[in-house]
Amino acid sequence: MQAPTEPPRDDPAASDRTGDPRPAAPIDRLVAVAAGGEVAAEVHDAVRQEVPVLEIDRFNLWYGAKQALHRITMPIPHNKVTALVGPSGCGKSTLLRSVNRLNDLVQSVRITGDMRLNGDSIYDPRMDVIELRKRMGMVFQKPNPFPMSIYENVVYSLRIDGENSRPVLDEVCELSLRGAALWDEVKDRLHDSALGLSGGQQQRLCIARAIAAEPEVLLLDEPCSALDPIATGKVEDLIQELRGRYSVLIVTHNMQQASRTSDYTAFMYLGRLIEYGPTTDIFTKPILRETEAYVTGRFG
Amino acid sequence: MSSDRFRARPRRLRSAHSSLAAQGEPWVWFTAGSLATAIALIVGLLGYIAWRGARTFWPVPLERLTLRAGGDTLGEVTEREAAAGGQPARLLLRVANFELTGRHFEWFDEPAIAATSRPEWATAVERLEGGRFHGFPQRLVHGDEVVAEGPEEAWRAFEREHPPVRRRFRQALRIDRVERGDLQRQLRAARLAVVQAGLDAPGDAARRGAAEAAEKAVVARVAAETQRLDVETARLREENAGWALEFRTAADDAVRLPLDQIVRAWQPNRLSLTGKAGVYLSRWGEFLGDDPREANSAGGVFPAIWGTVAMTLIMALLVAPFGVLAALYLKEYAGRGPITTAVRVAINNLAGVPSIVYGAFGLGFFCYGLGAGIDELFFKASLVADSQPTFGTGGLLWASLTLALLTLPVVIVATEEALAAVPNSMREGSYACGAGKWQTIRRIVLPRALPGIMTGLILAMARGAGEVAPLMLVGVKKLALDLPIDGTFPFVHPERELMHLAYLIYDVGFQSPNAQAAQPMVFTITFLLVAIIALLNMAAIWIRSRLRKRFVSQQF
Repeated sequence: MQAPTEPPRDDPAASDRTGDPRPAAPIDRLVAVAAGGEVAAEVHDAVRQEVPVLEIDRFNLWYGAKQALHRITMPIPHNKVTALVGPSGCGKSTLLRSVNRLNDLVQSVRITGDMRLNGDSIYDPRMDVIELRKRMGMVFQKPNPFPMSIYENVVYSLRIDGENSRPVLDEVCELSLRGAALWDEVKDRLHDSALGLSGGQQQRLCIARAIAAEPEVLLLDEPCSALDPIATGKVEDLIQELRGRYSVLIVTHNMQQASRTSDYTAFMYLGRLIEYGPTTDIFTKPILRETEAYVTGRFG
Repeated sequence: MSSDRFRARPRRLRSAHSSLAAQGEPWVWFTAGSLATAIALIVGLLGYIAWRGARTFWPVPLERLTLRAGGDTLGEVTEREAAAGGQPARLLLRVANFELTGRHFEWFDEPAIAATSRPEWATAVERLEGGRFHGFPQRLVHGDEVVAEGPEEAWRAFEREHPPVRRRFRQALRIDRVERGDLQRQLRAARLAVVQAGLDAPGDAARRGAAEAAEKAVVARVAAETQRLDVETARLREENAGWALEFRTAADDAVRLPLDQIVRAWQPNRLSLTGKAGVYLSRWGEFLGDDPREANSAGGVFPAIWGTVAMTLIMALLVAPFGVLAALYLKEYAGRGPITTAVRVAINNLAGVPSIVYGAFGLGFFCYGLGAGIDELFFKASLVADSQPTFGTGGLLWASLTLALLTLPVVIVATEEALAAVPNSMREGSYACGAGKWQTIRRIVLPRALPGIMTGLILAMARGAGEVAPLMLVGVKKLALDLPIDGTFPFVHPERELMHLAYLIYDVGFQSPNAQAAQPMVFTITFLLVAIIALLNMAAIWIRSRLRKRFVSQQF
């Protein structure tokens, strides 16, 4: 990946002609990062004042010899929606999958640094990964309902926990489906296969499944990228509703989506955190011009 | 300068039309032709088997040939050959009456035949022994008394008297085979109990005495029971004795056939279409529901149907868990590395080992190894007293296990592929919910892979049901009338030998003393075997489609 706004090659004499240095190119930091340099992240004070649910602390990650995350340090605020944006391959998804340690399944992954969920170290060797994942919910790019009924999909995390009491399951099922704004559409066919739902319904079912276990943090990995605009709208509305009740960490490609749905936005580039602040600030008056260039669509 | 680079240059075309290779028309024909040839071969084979197999039991007219040299014969025309290379045209006649003619079939040169006719009263008789008989009914007798005289009267009387005679005959047969067999088994069990008592506690006189007393009681009871059965069968035989149908053959020999020796008789030249259909169905009924007779070349194949179905199902039940568990480990747990690759290659190679090798292994390991061990532990008495192994020889269980071993690679490979086809996103979704590995496998991966696993099982069943070579070594026999499940305690006898349709094809077709007469039977058995395998497969496919509807998405 290469920053695309290098000086045009066919006009090497341009800066010589003007005689003075060009106004600081808006992507100096990005060029430095691309060249392998380290730059400190610009984290707004507003972020630091929030109560964090999840603290990412000097986190590095390698796939084999290739480093994918560089010293990421960022607190994720409690009961707020935090969006991770950045061009493809910048490590957003990798960071998200590191939170619930899904990257453990990849053989060649190596990490340093730590993350803390409500104060508990996630990468503590004594941490039980299965118990850890039960404290989080995750929704993936492509809807992945399980090959079972809608009802069983929603209560899956309770079932694997050994919960078999019908009233409890019924209640959780209804609450979660209502929470995912799906209840009215499926309440008459709870015991039909979940695979018969439309793509958008399947994705909201996955959200219902994720919130059924009352997660401390909800991880959304580009939840709308496989959906059509109408289904996307419904899922975005849902994320709005989840705001204030759940701590949400969402990865997205879509600037409008980030600006519409999130309270805080973090801009990442080539495995580094560049700028992190309140969404309105990031989109209207970012500290860094690099961020402005990205969110206004001048590169990426 | 840059405008130079993009100066338009006319593209050079060899012709105004796209070439044959570009259109690829010949390849459509070529590929379609290959498929059509394959389909034609398969349909041709199945059609031929179905046609030959289905018409075996259809009554064929009886032709009376009068030869120029003198002499008449009566029989079914089974084959005609046109004149060729100086040879006159000739026909093959099923002449039957083996005890008179010394042959079942005979070739006749057409020019030597003076006249042919289809006499109205020509009768084909299936006998219990001695094969087919062709002749003309003359009179029905009971002892010295003539009940009916003349072909028409005799035939009508035969149709009236034959069913009760047959019924009594079957009753006597049942008593001999089932009830007396049962008594023999009781005797043997009591005798073995005495031996067992001696083996268990050599010095324990009290126990031995008790066993001996029990044996005496059984012997007495069996003797009384035998006497009762003797009286019963003697009465039945007495009632049947004397009933006979007297025939005259085309060669003018007089033959007297006892009625209870006649399985079935029909007069094909007189039969209407419904009458022929009746004979046809009745022969199918016997074929499907009865025991074989005459060295398997006549009668039914019921024990073989039973053996084939039971063995195939037991094999499927045995191979499914082993194959699925092995594939699960290979795919879900085992790391990627040279050892896993080696194991995978070895499994694929196992599928190429000749099946007779599995048979030899089954005989050596299951029968002589495991079976002998079981006998030593639990069935010592039989070994000591009769030197007769129980599990230490071929049987249903060992045959099924051998076939399970044979089809294991098929199931493992198919299951591995089915597991690989489960999207990783489902596994990740389950892990993200906090499920452990086994929970994910059991609740998500296995249900989703089940249709694919069923495909493997279907392939395995089709392969297993058609095997012959290994079965000959591990328990399939030419004749084994005792079914592995019956009314005798403990009701299930996995150690018993069995019959099998595929082996029957070999036995009837190539080991029969009367190969030509048995030939139509071979086609019928083949037809039946193919039909049974198709039925088993269809059942499995039906289950699979139901599973697929439940577990596999139509979305995306």
